[in-house]
Amino acid sequence: MATLKELSAREELFSGGHRLCAGCGIPPIMRLLLRSAGAPVVATTATGCLEVGTTIYPYTSWRISWIHSAFENSAATISGIESAYRSLKKKGKIAADKDIKFLALGGDGGTYDIGFQALSGALERGHDFLYVCYDNGAYMNTGIQRSSATPLGSATTTSPAGSAHPGKGQWRKDLTRIVVAHNIPYAAQASPHNWRDLAKKAEKAFNTEGPTFLNVVSPCPLGWYSKPELSIETAKLAVDTCYWPLYEVEDGILKVNYKPREKKPIEEWLKLQGRFKHLFKEENRWLLEETQKRIDSEWERLLEMDGKRVF
Amino acid sequence: MATPLTDKKKQVVLTGNSAVAYAMKQIDPDVCAAYPITPSTAIMEEFSSYYADGKVSTELVTVESEHSAMSACVGAAAAGARVMTATSSQGLALMWEVLYIASGMRLPVVMAVVNRALSAPINIHCDHSDSMGARDSGWIQIYSETVQEAYDNLFQAVRIAEDHRVLTPAMVCLDGFITSHAIENLTLIEDGDVKDFVGEFEPKQSLLDTGHPITMGAMTLPEYYIDFKYEQSKAIRGAKEVVIEVGREFGERFGREYGLMECYRLDDADVAIVVLSSAAGTTKVAVDRLRDQGKKVGLLRPRLYRPFPHEEIASALMGVKAVCVLDRADSMSGFGGPLFTDVRSALYGRDSAPKVIGRIFGLGGRDYKVEDAEAVFDELYNVLETGEAGKLTGYITI
Ligand SMILES: Cc1ncc(C[n+]2csc(CCOP(=O)(O)OP(=O)(O)O)c2C)c(N)n1
Repeated sequence: MATLKELSAREELFSGGHRLCAGCGIPPIMRLLLRSAGAPVVATTATGCLEVGTTIYPYTSWRISWIHSAFENSAATISGIESAYRSLKKKGKIAADKDIKFLALGGDGGTYDIGFQALSGALERGHDFLYVCYDNGAYMNTGIQRSSATPLGSATTTSPAGSAHPGKGQWRKDLTRIVVAHNIPYAAQASPHNWRDLAKKAEKAFNTEGPTFLNVVSPCPLGWYSKPELSIETAKLAVDTCYWPLYEVEDGILKVNYKPREKKPIEEWLKLQGRFKHLFKEENRWLLEETQKRIDSEWERLLEMDGKRVF
Repeated sequence: MATPLTDKKKQVVLTGNSAVAYAMKQIDPDVCAAYPITPSTAIMEEFSSYYADGKVSTELVTVESEHSAMSACVGAAAAGARVMTATSSQGLALMWEVLYIASGMRLPVVMAVVNRALSAPINIHCDHSDSMGARDSGWIQIYSETVQEAYDNLFQAVRIAEDHRVLTPAMVCLDGFITSHAIENLTLIEDGDVKDFVGEFEPKQSLLDTGHPITMGAMTLPEYYIDFKYEQSKAIRGAKEVVIEVGREFGERFGREYGLMECYRLDDADVAIVVLSSAAGTTKVAVDRLRDQGKKVGLLRPRLYRPFPHEEIASALMGVKAVCVLDRADSMSGFGGPLFTDVRSALYGRDSAPKVIGRIFGLGGRDYKVEDAEAVFDELYNVLETGEAGKLTGYITI
């Protein structure tokens, strides 16, 4: 695993000057990812903030080969690219010793929802690529609509906090678990506040043959109604409250990578974010309790599986 | 499986699907990503057998949907690979979003489209609703009358699409069941001759050229978007000349020359039918019968439909007095079917242009018989006699 010093000495492949918001979690994730690859990367990105914010023609933030095709087909696009690579290598049109890493990127909308089928297909087919989902918990690019990754009770523009319906009515989809169920060699959850953990996981994933997956929580000040200067702390609290556990599944063995010494109450994370403001009203307190209960039980389940074979 | 009953002249009998699969085997594309759907399924099944037996060096990507099939094709083509696929009907409809991305990124994917009706109601038989729905997607569309033609068109499509003046994806259309499942005689081309003819794909740039990173598919705002589309539009319109060039070269090499359209007994015709694909075969029988009766009837079968060779088609029809354009797709409340609209507008404004009527036929595999073609000619004679076009648009065989 590269040290921070080594990582920082590597070429910057994701240039500044992009149009992502101040405090957006995506750029630090991307910069770390690209530094961790250790070989040339060819990437594709689903439609969403990352794509729009980094490529407004004639500018680009990408100092690597990069393509955007559509919203739901990041995994299918990388399947084609990686297949072309294997084919052209086999035919001698690409040098036999040339190593390229393939990276597919998408937001939670492009990954949990509309791109879910393409992701599942690509994982099952076993292409050699890393899929990274930056999970900011809603369709942010189109103005904060709910996704299946949106937390229970969260106010979004399609699940507003009204008097009849106090925000999103459902628990979020546990995509990482579903991805793990594809029996792929490596899948993990990470957070940008813990650069060492994220870089290590990226490095591992890039260097594992076959499909690998990282689900990275990505604070969104605009959609979370949180302070941009607190983004990294907000990400840290997501982990310290065990809302976003850091864990990995390597060759079927689950490992919890971080166990907070003192598990913080979920309210501490929620209260930093305006999208949960209404949950603190007396009539909605049951949602807070419900949230805490679910988090506790999922964290317990994870701890029970720690070190165990899950497939 | 394609089991060519070879004689010395490479004469074989094959179904349309087998011939297409065989052509794909001979082309041996770098990547093929596809998903099964009737009536094109056999193409991918047979190609998969070639793959399984090591007869192609292609990477076969058996995706989980047609949306992913076309998406993988886009990714592979952007990575500098020669890419082919096949589909029909709902499959093409599911690809629709990505068709525009392939053409907008100027990726020369070649796809066999075995034409089939669209749901609802569900129907697996031939009509052109599927590919007509994609007529404005920026893909070249070539329609094939016979198995031989579908086979020959595939090689030409590769050359046309990959030509650096064009760099535009191409569909080779053939009629579901009527052509895809019919066994016909055809002449095969030797593997080596195919290789010589199609050559190697030389991409202008590739994602895999990591020493020269490129950004593809960037967000493009009003300052630039229309300029991209203008260039794309110019390129696909320019494909017409390349279609002619390639069709001529194909003729020189293999003895079967292809152009923009086929004109059958049209030179001195008073009335004519314009129709795509296999229905032209039926129409030719009617033309011959009526010619035997001394009636001056003819046929025009566009081969290239996109880009639409409007000048050539209009010129070819200028001597005719009344024309019926038969569409195997309805534009559902537009002014007639799509081919009708195109042909009629190509003729509009020309002095002494023929009267043009349009009829929808054959949807969902409804038979189009020689007698049906004769009835259309009767109607055209009626137009001639009365001097009135009468009912401009409508259905036949209802
Ligand atoms: C087929 C299709 N449906 C809808 C859209 C509109 N759209 C573009 S981006 C987006 C949301 C993206 O959300 P997510 O994947 O969570 O990424 P984020 O915007 O948060 O970066 C939507 C709905 C689209 N581009 N394509």
